[in-house]
Amino acid sequence: MRPRRVFLPAILFLTSVCLPQSALRAAPDGFDQALATLLAVGPEAKGNAEASAAWKVVASADSESLVPLLEAMGEANPLALNWIRSALETIVDRDLAAGKSPSIATLGGFLFEVTQNPRARRFAFELIQRSAPNAAEKLIPGLLNDPAVELRRDAVAWLTKQAADAKTAGDEAAAGLLYEQAIRAARDVDQIKELNATLTKMGRTVDLPRHFGFLMEWKVLAPFDNTGRAGFDTVYPPETGVQLEAKYPGKNGEIGWQDLVSADPYGMVDFNKLFPDLIKEVTGYAYTEFDSAEARPAELRLGCKNAWKIWVNGKLIFGRDEYHRGARIDQYRMPIDLQKGKNTILVKLCQNEQKETWTVEWQFQLRVCDSTGTAILARNRPPTPSPDAVAKK
Amino acid sequence: MHSRSLALLLLLAPAFPASADWPNFRGPRGTGIAEDGATGPAALTEETLAWSSDLPGRGLSSPIVVGDRVFLTCSSGPLQDRLHLICFAAADGKKLWHREYWATGRTMTHEKTCVAAPTPASDGKRVFAIYSSNDVFCTDLDGNLLWTRGLTYDYPNASNSLGMASSPVVIDDTFVAQIENDSESFAVGLDVLTGANKWKIDRPKAANWTSPVVVGPAGQEIVALQSSKGILGVVPSTGSEVWNYSEGAATMASSAAFGDIIYAPSNGLTAFKAASNGASVEQLWRQSEQRPGTGSPLVLGDKGYVINGAGVLNAIRLKDGERLWRIRLKGPFSSSPIATATHLYVFSEPGIGQCVDLTGAEGVVTSEVDLKETILGTPSLSGNAVYVRSDKHLWRFGK
Repeated sequence: MRPRRVFLPAILFLTSVCLPQSALRAAPDGFDQALATLLAVGPEAKGNAEASAAWKVVASADSESLVPLLEAMGEANPLALNWIRSALETIVDRDLAAGKSPSIATLGGFLFEVTQNPRARRFAFELIQRSAPNAAEKLIPGLLNDPAVELRRDAVAWLTKQAADAKTAGDEAAAGLLYEQAIRAARDVDQIKELNATLTKMGRTVDLPRHFGFLMEWKVLAPFDNTGRAGFDTVYPPETGVQLEAKYPGKNGEIGWQDLVSADPYGMVDFNKLFPDLIKEVTGYAYTEFDSAEARPAELRLGCKNAWKIWVNGKLIFGRDEYHRGARIDQYRMPIDLQKGKNTILVKLCQNEQKETWTVEWQFQLRVCDSTGTAILARNRPPTPSPDAVAKK
Repeated sequence: MHSRSLALLLLLAPAFPASADWPNFRGPRGTGIAEDGATGPAALTEETLAWSSDLPGRGLSSPIVVGDRVFLTCSSGPLQDRLHLICFAAADGKKLWHREYWATGRTMTHEKTCVAAPTPASDGKRVFAIYSSNDVFCTDLDGNLLWTRGLTYDYPNASNSLGMASSPVVIDDTFVAQIENDSESFAVGLDVLTGANKWKIDRPKAANWTSPVVVGPAGQEIVALQSSKGILGVVPSTGSEVWNYSEGAATMASSAAFGDIIYAPSNGLTAFKAASNGASVEQLWRQSEQRPGTGSPLVLGDKGYVINGAGVLNAIRLKDGERLWRIRLKGPFSSSPIATATHLYVFSEPGIGQCVDLTGAEGVVTSEVDLKETILGTPSLSGNAVYVRSDKHLWRFGK
C-alpha cells in the first residue's frame, strides 16, 4: 500500500521554490547490497565490519539517493538509523560543497508521507530548512497534528507564539483558544507544562492526566521486606498471581490490597500516602486493569526513582534496580501489546535503606500511549479524580 | 624546582607520544599535563583569545586535539537525544565537518549535566565519541563512520538517571570504557577496528563518574579502573586483572598517574605503586587532609596539585604528599586543572579562566579571563593553545 500523502498544496508550493536539482547520476555499483548490509547491523557489533565497508559505498552516492536512503530508515533498527543518517549527511555535505542542492520538491514529497520513519521525515525537513529556510518556515503550521513528534514540536511552538501575540494584543478569547489548541497538539512534556502554566494563569483547566493517559487508580499491596535490597529479586505472591481479596504476611504483619487514587496532575502514585511513617527497606505492589478497545501495540511510559519491575498480562516487561538517581515523565519507554478487553498491569516498587531527605520518595507515574506519546485511554477509565475528592477519601 | 620538574618530564618523555596531540580527557594517558614540551598560552586574557566558535548544543566534554584538528561533542534537542560530533580547524576555529546521530540509550541526566559529558578519545587515526546514553561512534578524522555501538541498546540496564560521565581511553587497538552505574555495571574493551567486545567485566553496582587512567611504560600499559570500591588495574587488551587497590576511592574525581605511581582520591589522597608484573600494590603515602573536589588531581614533575571543594589549590610534594603551598582560586570548580611545565590552567563554573604561574616558590595567579558563561568541562592543551568549551562556545587561547 502506498503511504498516505498529504498537503498537495504544500507540494505545489515546494515545487515552485525548488532549487536547482542535482545532475542525475546512477547510484554507485553495489548500492543496494551495501544498503542492505547497513540495515543488517545488530547488537554487540553484529555486522559492523561489513557495514564499515558498505557505508563507504552508500556514502559515495549523490543526492539522487536521498529518498531511497530516507525510505530505508523505515526498515532500520536504531543502530542502522545512525549508519544511514551518517551516509546521508556525508552525501549532502559533499553535494552542497560542490554547489549542488538537493531537490526541495523531492524532499517535500518524502516529508508529506506521514507513514515514513518520523526521524527520517525530520531529517528531510531539516534539509529543506538548510536549503530553503523560507519554505520550511511556511510548512511549520501545517505540521500541528503530524504523527511525528519531532515535526509537531515546531508547529506547537509556532501556535504558542500566535497565542502569545493575541494575548499581547488584548484578545484574551482568541489567545485562550489558541493556547488550548496548542496544548491539545503538544506531546513534548516541556511544552505541555509551559502551556498548562499559561492556561492555568488564564483561569482555564487542563485535564493533564487524561491528556497524558496516566493511570490514576490502583490497588496497592505493601509492605514486603527489602532489607539489603533483596526484595527486588524476591518473588512475593503478587508475582505469581494477583488475588485482590487475599491477605499475606508482610514485613510488619498481615497485609491486604488497599485503594490508592492519585490526584496528581502528572499521575504520581505515591505509596507514602498509605504509609505516612515513611517506611524504608520495603517492597510494594500496585495493580490495575486496563480495558482496551482493541488489540494494538502501545507503550508503557514510566517515571520512577525507586527500583521497579512491571508485568503486563502476567508477562515481565522490564525491571531496574536503581534507587534515587532521579525521575522524570517518560523516563522509561516500554513497547507492549495490548489485548482487546482486560489487560492487567502490575508494578513492583522497592524502597531502599537510604535516609537522606532526597530518598524519601516511594512512587511512580505510569501512562499508556502510542509511540508518539498520544494517550491511549482505557474503556474503563474513570473520570480524572479531583484533588478535593481524593483528599476527602 | 622548575628545572627539576622539566628534567623529570624529559626523563620520562620516551614513554609518551611524541606528537602535540591531546587525545582524550586530561590529555595523553589522562595525566592532565602536556608531556611534549607544549608551552600553552602565556596568559588567559582577552588578548590571548585566538578565536571562538559557536556550538549547536550542550556539553561538559573536553575538546580533543589530533594534529591540526579539534574534535568536540555536544547534545541537543528537548530530550538531549541528538548527539553531535564536530571537527574544527585548530588554526582558526572553522568548522570542518559536523556529524549528528540519534541516541539509542536513555538520555535522562541531572539538569546540571547533559548527554555530551564524556570526552571523546582518539588513537591518532580515528575518533571515538561516547555519550551519556552509552552510544559510541567511531569515525576517521574526516568524519566517515567506521562503526557504532549502543551499549545501552545491547545491555538495557546500563544507565544512570543522573547521567554518565566517564571518559574512555584508547591503548593500541583497544578502546576502554567504564559503563558503571547502580544496575548493569561493567567495563568494556572494544576492538578499535570493529567495535566488537574484546572483553567485558562486571564492575561494582554503584554510580561512578570517574575516568580510567593509564599507568606503566609504553608496551606494558595497565588501565586503572577507579570506583567506590577502589582501583583495579587491568591489561587493556584482555581486561585481565593485574592488581587491585581495595581501600575505596572517589566516584567523581579521577586519579592522576605518572610512571607506575597512582595518586588516587582515596581516603584523602593516596599514592601507591602499581607494578605491571602482577605484584601487589605498595602504598607510598596517604594525606587525609588533601581531598580533591570534583576536579581530579594533577601531578607534574616532583609536585602534585589538588583543588579541594573550597576552591583552594594545594601544591604537594610528590615523595610524601606534604603540602608546599596553597592559594585560593576563584571557584567553584566542576572541571579539572591542566598544566604545562610552567603554568596551570583552570576554569571555574562561573567561567573565570585562571592561569597560575608554577615557577616560583609559590603559585601565583598571573592572569584571568571572564568568559561569562558556565564552564563545567575540563580544558585541553596542545602546543601554545588552551581550548575550553561551554554549552554555547568553544574557545582557543594562545595565538
